[in-house]
Amino acid sequence: MKLAAEGAESAPTIGILYFPGSNCEHDAARALEGLGASTRLVWHAEDDLSGLDGLVVPGGFAHGDYLRPGAIARFSPAMDSLAGFAEAGGPVVGICNGFQVLTEAGLLPGALMRNAGLRFLCTTVECEVASTSSVLTTGVAKGRVLRLPINHYEGNFVCDPDTLAALEANGQVVLRYRDNPNGSVGDVAGVSNAAGNVVGLMPHPERASDELLGSSDGLPLLAAFLRAALAKRERAGIPATSATARA
Amino acid sequence: MRFAVAVEVRGLEGIADPAGQTIERALPVLGFAGVSGVHVGKLLRFELEADDENAARLEVDKMCERLLANPVIERTEVRIEPAPTSVAEAR
Repeated sequence: MKLAAEGAESAPTIGILYFPGSNCEHDAARALEGLGASTRLVWHAEDDLSGLDGLVVPGGFAHGDYLRPGAIARFSPAMDSLAGFAEAGGPVVGICNGFQVLTEAGLLPGALMRNAGLRFLCTTVECEVASTSSVLTTGVAKGRVLRLPINHYEGNFVCDPDTLAALEANGQVVLRYRDNPNGSVGDVAGVSNAAGNVVGLMPHPERASDELLGSSDGLPLLAAFLRAALAKRERAGIPATSATARA
Repeated sequence: MRFAVAVEVRGLEGIADPAGQTIERALPVLGFAGVSGVHVGKLLRFELEADDENAARLEVDKMCERLLANPVIERTEVRIEPAPTSVAEAR
């Protein structure tokens, strides 16, 4: 499932932010490169995001999850730059701990609390695509069921009822659990901001990137993200780099 | 002036507290009857140099807002008192 129509000459370059304690940055890079993208790992203390068409905040335990997951990470220089990138419409996805970081940074609504059963969950769950108006789900059939791994202790999505109603009405609930594993309100597994260009989700699409890993259902999501990154690049009028000129 | 600060971080009203519920169920099993309303939170203690208690409180409120608590799910209760002199002198 490469970016077939676009060809390698117009591959987007995706920046993957990593913090002390991140542990999914290489998995994310590999999955995205498998789809034809170029990737650049961006250390959290860097603030230069030039030349990047999309940003991923990967999973892990940024800054040891001290105080609250994402509470310290949001103050990193790279996060200031990420906020500017997001405000300009650039596609951003936070996976698992990355989702927690984006909610703490106020770029996504709600918060993630400890799982209702107080157990660390490490399993594969079924999620339904609930909205196609996000950079992660554009072009993916609404209602499609995806088998995706989850791996978290604090994935219980919480927001007040008014916020949830607004998220539902605006199509900001992107993914929904079919059999809610962690107590999230509205079975929410992933949400977007109002514009749809910033998405957070607890399941790991990058770990469902090959049948050898048990599922390749993460690929349609990552491919949608790369299409959004490519569109952003074309909007900016930046000539596409060759996929072989990888940083 | 040096102040001893205690910030108690608790879940907002209506936010599920499974740890508190579990403890509340466990206590009667051990024979402690009549316990209700168990909540588990966090306590942060530190010392702070400020002109007066009012200035200290303003500063701590800002800390709570920006870092110590997440207002989507948590509320805070701040206690401020003059730091014990022995502690201040030891520093």
